[in-house]
Amino acid sequence: MSELPNLLPALPEIFIAVSALALLVAGVYSRKDATNGVGIFAIIVLLVAAILLTGQTAGKVVTFNGLFAVDAFTSFSKVLVLLASGLSLGMALNWLGQEKLGRFEFPVLVLFATLGMLMMISANSLLSLYMGLELQSLSLYVLAAYHRDNAKATEAGLKYFVLGSLASCLLLYGVSLVYGFAGTVSFAGLATALEHGAHNTGVTVGLVFILAGLAFKISAVPFHMWTPDVYEVAPTPVTAFFAVAPKIAAFSLLIRLLVGPFGSLVAQWQQIIILVAIGSLVVGAFAAINQTNIKRMLAYSSIGHVGFALVGLAAGGEEGIRGVLVYLAIYLFMNVGTFAIVLAMRQQGRALEGISDLAGLSKTHPGMALALTIFMFSMAGVPPLAGFWGKLYVFLAAMNQGLIVLSIIGVLSSVVSAFYYLRVIKVMYFDEVTDPLDQRVGTGLSVVMLVNAVLIVVFTLVPSQLINWASFAAHALIGG
Amino acid sequence: MTDWPLLSITTFLPLLGAAFLFTLRGETEQVARNARAVALLTSIATFLVSLLVWLNFNPESADFQLVDQAKWLPDFNISYKVGVDGISVFFVLLSTFLTPICILSAWEAVQTRVKEYMIAFLILETMMIGMFVSLDMVLFYIFFEAVLIPMFIIIGVWGGPRRVYAAFKFFLYTLLGSVLMLLAVLAMYQDAHTTDIQVLLTHGFPATMQTWLWLAFFASFAVKVPMWPVHTWLPDAHVEAPTAGSVILAGVLLKMGGYGLLRFSLPMFPLASNELAPIVFTMSIVAVIYTSLIALVQQDMKKLIAYSSVAHMGYVTLGLFTVNVKGIEGAMFQMLSHGVVSGALFLCVGVVYDRLHTREIARYGGLAKRMPAYALTFMFFTMASVGLPGTGGFVGEFLVLMGAFEKSSWVAFFAATGLVLGAAYMLSLYRRIAFGKLVHADLKGMMDMSAREIALFAPLIVVVLWMGIYPSTFIAPMQPSITKLITDYQLALKAADAPSVAAR
Repeated sequence: MSELPNLLPALPEIFIAVSALALLVAGVYSRKDATNGVGIFAIIVLLVAAILLTGQTAGKVVTFNGLFAVDAFTSFSKVLVLLASGLSLGMALNWLGQEKLGRFEFPVLVLFATLGMLMMISANSLLSLYMGLELQSLSLYVLAAYHRDNAKATEAGLKYFVLGSLASCLLLYGVSLVYGFAGTVSFAGLATALEHGAHNTGVTVGLVFILAGLAFKISAVPFHMWTPDVYEVAPTPVTAFFAVAPKIAAFSLLIRLLVGPFGSLVAQWQQIIILVAIGSLVVGAFAAINQTNIKRMLAYSSIGHVGFALVGLAAGGEEGIRGVLVYLAIYLFMNVGTFAIVLAMRQQGRALEGISDLAGLSKTHPGMALALTIFMFSMAGVPPLAGFWGKLYVFLAAMNQGLIVLSIIGVLSSVVSAFYYLRVIKVMYFDEVTDPLDQRVGTGLSVVMLVNAVLIVVFTLVPSQLINWASFAAHALIGG
Repeated sequence: MTDWPLLSITTFLPLLGAAFLFTLRGETEQVARNARAVALLTSIATFLVSLLVWLNFNPESADFQLVDQAKWLPDFNISYKVGVDGISVFFVLLSTFLTPICILSAWEAVQTRVKEYMIAFLILETMMIGMFVSLDMVLFYIFFEAVLIPMFIIIGVWGGPRRVYAAFKFFLYTLLGSVLMLLAVLAMYQDAHTTDIQVLLTHGFPATMQTWLWLAFFASFAVKVPMWPVHTWLPDAHVEAPTAGSVILAGVLLKMGGYGLLRFSLPMFPLASNELAPIVFTMSIVAVIYTSLIALVQQDMKKLIAYSSVAHMGYVTLGLFTVNVKGIEGAMFQMLSHGVVSGALFLCVGVVYDRLHTREIARYGGLAKRMPAYALTFMFFTMASVGLPGTGGFVGEFLVLMGAFEKSSWVAFFAATGLVLGAAYMLSLYRRIAFGKLVHADLKGMMDMSAREIALFAPLIVVVLWMGIYPSTFIAPMQPSITKLITDYQLALKAADAPSVAAR
């Protein structure tokens, strides 16, 4: 009998796992529809997990025989993921009720997906990485097909599942190659092995496969094809969930993997990341121009945002990582806010998704129109809104590393993408009302819109807090 | 009184007014009335505070004055820092002077979404003032870009039939220029480890870097000025914008480009400026002659004045890059007088547009008989635009040409042809509108200017005359700053020359 490992670092994860199981049982045995009850408890669970996270010590702790690591970087990412999951779950409950799609499995699945994400972020070996990734992915596949009687939603789920499994296979194949050539799967072991000359073509090929698998998860070009399709046909609250939390988790994982075990292969992965970044920036900017469905447009916009964040990763170093973290944090608030508005788009109780359905919104819903304007200008990166700071820090790192061509492509594609963000504003402010949306917007959604919009606007006044946290997190990863 | 953070108050007072307007609720009519009143009072109060800035400004010093500073991003050496010197103080005054006039001009012309209109204008005012007083590159950049947001909304919501096209063109054109400047700012930060403009002014960037930085900044400011060949957004934006939008666009927004060239390009990258000045001269001369010729054949009043703006701003860029006292002072003066005069001309167009709802020149004629007061006002500003001695327009153009002559007589020669062409298109515009027979029936019922409209033009006329008759009021305070700029510029050129001479 070996000793029990130190469970404390994984307390938030354990708490979520136990609560999710308990909620599942509660849901099964409740006589009436338990969606709302389970949902509210799930949000509380996420909140408590976030509180447990903040109680952890700042230094780096490794446990479970080196499979699981916690430091300031993982805590930063986990807080973002928990926030994103909690907010999207809160928005979803209201929507599910209106669409009569309420089932208690929904919040439970969100909890399991979140658990998988937290595991991914803390993974300290290629095996625990894969485990976390699959727990997350399987929950997300089910969520994508959640509206099971709807042909489109089923299609989305199937598409996501097939492509996602392919990506997982690629990743697993890469892991096996790396294990074969380096002889270990633990992050620490890989780092030492690769530093001492074990890097050969086999490891590089393995790394490429791993990158391909992860590029799929963050929907970076050329593995982005699934994004618009799945975004469009999945139920809107699921899309809102997809757009933020899994991206942040996969991104944190990518960062930890590249600067940690594969840190000494920087020459190999940097060029891949640069190419992927350029591809994502360009596709994100140009492909969104013709979209008429707001969810599809946001899908391409998220590809573009991934491109910007990758610019920071390509720059690497503490500065680059800080840039990515700041970018992801701001991305979270912009996206959650925007999706709150998409969720509020209803006409006679029917959910709408066309950009043209927003026509004249500034007259019928001035507050909502103003909030969406703020989000759109922020996504376009126009100061003084928060999105500008995200881009500023990413490009600051890139310029410092001498990635001038990448930076120029980045800013130019931000101008192109400004076009379609402006088009949304044009539809709301310059066009006449055709069919007004329903006046009544749920209180929860209104609060989410208001809070996010205010955060985006006032961020310029007090940017230093978030940036210091991000600096601290980046320092913990690189320095520690 | 000097203990007060006067500049910060001037900058953020309009924003406060806008925030108050947000809270207005009730009947549409009543809200509109209150919004107009609040906006006008706020902008007048801002103007009064900015007069205090002027009073507290020491015209003998070349330094930045009335500096306010606060921590913002201490880890990055980026701070909130504002201040004025002889170059920026008048732009602040220009902005605060024109905004109440704009708001008053929209009193009756704007009837839809009045509250939002006023909010947009007040936010715009804050951004404009903030841009001129910023002493930190990041702060400057934020204000510089943020101006686009309210202007985009103003053109797009209250503009003419092709407003969507014009608003997009305006936004994307200017954004394209600015993002390159952002990269240049980051590169400068990397080299100097600060974004404090006062420090950057004395930093002395490496020669090869200067060329790239200069080009990136130029991309941004040339679009803003606008210089030929990137001027095409301006006629569209002017034609579609509501009257007050055109006034601010011509009066202040175009000056942001000239101000940027003077504040950053010349003193921070003297070697590159010296090297690339011929390009600027060529572009300016083409702008002066080519856009004047285009202005000659315009059928739309606003378009004609828009092209004349491009031509007049050509003098500004020409004067700036002569880098002698006369040239730069002339350019500064030209910017101020053009700000007032072109603003007034757009208001003149607005007066008849409000009555007849067309800007087609052929639809007018013989207005001198029906509207004598209007005809007189319009003539006054036409003359000022042509550069009649005694008006503000003359001093600027004259000084620029003198400065250009010192640099190169050919440059001066070509630039001077613009004066003749300018007289041609402005006088023909005036003739076609004010003189001739009153043939169109609907013109016969037109009323002359109302008391509100006279109140609108009176201060503008006073200022234009003041600038023409006693220009020293404006030139004397800018002189120390400009002299310092030129001295530093020459020193930097000499210093760069010295090692190459020694090497020989």
